[in-house]
Amino acid sequence: MNFNLSEEQNMLKDSISRFVQNQYDFETRRKIVDSEEGFSRDNWKTFAELGWLSIPFTEDQGGFGGNVLDTMTVMEEMGKGLVAEPFIATVLLFGGLLSKSANHTAHAATIESIIGGEVQGAFAYLERQSRFEISDVKTTATKNSDGYTLSGEKTVVFNGSSADKIIISARTSGDQCDQQGISLFIVDANAQGIEKTNYRLMDGQCVANIVLNDVQVSADQLVGELDNAYSLIDTVINDVMIAICAEAFGIMQVLNTTTIEYAKTRKQFGVAIGSFQALQHRMVDTFMACEQTQSLLLRAAGSLAAGDDDAKKDTLALKVMVGRAGKLIGGEAIQIHGGMGITDELNVGHYVKRLMMINTTFGDADYQQQKFSAISNA
Amino acid sequence: MTFKLMTDFFHHLNKEIIVDTKFSPEEISFRDEVQAFLKEAYTEELASKFNDKANYKSAQIEWQKCLAAKGWAAPGWPKEHGGTGWTPTQSFIYETERSRVGAPDVVPFGLKMVAPVIYGFGSEEQKQRFLPDILNSDAWWCQGYSEPGSGSDLAALQTKAVLDGDDYIVNGAKIWTTYAQYADWIFCLVRTDNSGKKQAGITFILIDMKTPGITVNPIDSIDGDYTLNEVLFDNVRVPVANRIGEQDKGWHYAKALLTHERTAIAGVPDSKRFLAELKDIAKQEISGGKPLIEDPMIQSRFANIEIELMALEYTELRVLALTAEGKGPGPASSLLKIKGTEIQQLVQQLRIDLAGYYCGAVHGDLTAEQLGHEFGDQARRAYMYGRASTIYGGSNEVQKNITAKLVLGL
Repeated sequence: MNFNLSEEQNMLKDSISRFVQNQYDFETRRKIVDSEEGFSRDNWKTFAELGWLSIPFTEDQGGFGGNVLDTMTVMEEMGKGLVAEPFIATVLLFGGLLSKSANHTAHAATIESIIGGEVQGAFAYLERQSRFEISDVKTTATKNSDGYTLSGEKTVVFNGSSADKIIISARTSGDQCDQQGISLFIVDANAQGIEKTNYRLMDGQCVANIVLNDVQVSADQLVGELDNAYSLIDTVINDVMIAICAEAFGIMQVLNTTTIEYAKTRKQFGVAIGSFQALQHRMVDTFMACEQTQSLLLRAAGSLAAGDDDAKKDTLALKVMVGRAGKLIGGEAIQIHGGMGITDELNVGHYVKRLMMINTTFGDADYQQQKFSAISNA
Repeated sequence: MTFKLMTDFFHHLNKEIIVDTKFSPEEISFRDEVQAFLKEAYTEELASKFNDKANYKSAQIEWQKCLAAKGWAAPGWPKEHGGTGWTPTQSFIYETERSRVGAPDVVPFGLKMVAPVIYGFGSEEQKQRFLPDILNSDAWWCQGYSEPGSGSDLAALQTKAVLDGDDYIVNGAKIWTTYAQYADWIFCLVRTDNSGKKQAGITFILIDMKTPGITVNPIDSIDGDYTLNEVLFDNVRVPVANRIGEQDKGWHYAKALLTHERTAIAGVPDSKRFLAELKDIAKQEISGGKPLIEDPMIQSRFANIEIELMALEYTELRVLALTAEGKGPGPASSLLKIKGTEIQQLVQQLRIDLAGYYCGAVHGDLTAEQLGHEFGDQARRAYMYGRASTIYGGSNEVQKNITAKLVLGL
């Protein structure tokens, strides 16, 4: 067994780490997040120039041909910097669906423009009633002579406010909660009949609710196979789960380090608060939670990269761990920082809010644990 | 660097996956070899001997001799002294397979605890005198560390050894001494100097249990069993030749041993096996006409334990990989004991709860058939004795103190 990163993974890690250190200090990040789009177009250009946007795409598609271990490496470092640029939404979700779809050659131009940094994308898969069930799709795509008309509403679309193109999940057959009968369509964000309501999540990211009023699409806007999109969505989301868990792992490391440093310098009753056993034991608990998270991250990413049968189970276990460990680490970080932990000025609360959104993204710990049990007890 | 240059640069790199969390083909064939050996060596006849407590010592020795004959009694030892030369991963595979067939671990006091101190710090003469008997299970060892007045604060120990010619004269009391009633030898930390820091002035000596002046008093434990003892020393003469290393340096030798024992204490393979057993039980136990495994609360308990265990298994493998690279156990090892024992207790608690009323049933001489229940008695004993795991080897609270200081720098 070998748990070391490869030479190029280490170079990738260093390059992102340098970017975070030199160009993404917390005050700079705050200004970026507070801007209208919630991220920096200049940074996005830099990502493209550095080749980061090409990582998950195959060499045939003009990409680097990276696997889940490469995106894991990228996202851990982005997590440390709390990078707000929509790498997950545009490259991993939107790009991942295009890249892994059966008809990816039909979308080669879009993939090329993702890699070049010219297009922002989004994947609209949630609806008001769907909670964490990606198969709960009421939005319909009805066939007509020119293709399909899309009707319905998609909610909490990551990067929905800035996306130039959006992939919509819609029902082409079957009942509301069937896995069968879901299809994906790529639409222009300014297509006729699209109404967007933009808002923010607590981690600062810009999202949108999107109403589709009989939006006309042609048959060549289909992504993947008609009626059979569920397994494509599931595969891509499984990959992206590893990525956001790696991001969470990066965040956890920062929170633990920051908290320990604070405990060493903050004095009360004439001594550093880190000398109190009650606090020491809490910090050991959060250290252990972070180590356990790393172990499952490597386990799940390794299984997925190797195409192992246990990959799904390992990924679910990881997502549960990230949710639970994230709550523990986030909660203790605020508690040990005392009153300062409550302030918006300190970076701690911002890291915690991102961890909270990661827990909920693609299904929270309780939800994933039930899926885990179903596999484990089968 | 421009986009074009950077992608060219990427394309020239070898994209071999370095993070490799799977066993290699050589490791898989080693696993097959271990499975084949265990199938042949750990017979049903031998397994059944362990069912009767009265046979415990002889059955354990028979099993360990079987391992010694194969050359597998001491995977952790250097090859020159009779070790296997296995990589840490091979040892992990062996432990996993051993646990899978339900074969007991070796008694650690000789093979895993005193032997490394002897080959690490003992004289040539001591190595030749003691190691072969340990390897072949011809001598049963016990550990004389804790005292009535020094538990977690081990260095506060006060059992005295005073030089008198070629002997030390030992007076004092040791406690929680597992299997002292079977032991031929006891390795002890004794106080030879009281003038300085408490960690200084401790000496590591080996004492023949047949020496006059030693009394072994049994301590009954809450599981209804008897494994623990108090060992009293009343003017016990111990030859200076039985001292390991230098006088007053015993703490150093003992500490070196403790850090290497953390991995084994995690008990991941056993917890995995027990959890699988419990899952089978939960499929058979019925509540309200339905198998218990369908109860969402029970499912949640299983999932919580299993996920922590899946993580700990990889934490252990990470520690082993670092050790194999010569980077030592590393900071992650400090959590193996804490997490490992917490998980063991969660498993024991689950077993108790699955037994329902029968968790309280004391079988005595009755068979499971007569009582109407199979595992309640075992669940109770495992749970009760299992309370010890978060106390021994340095209580988990002491482990957290150590981690806070040495790993987190607090």
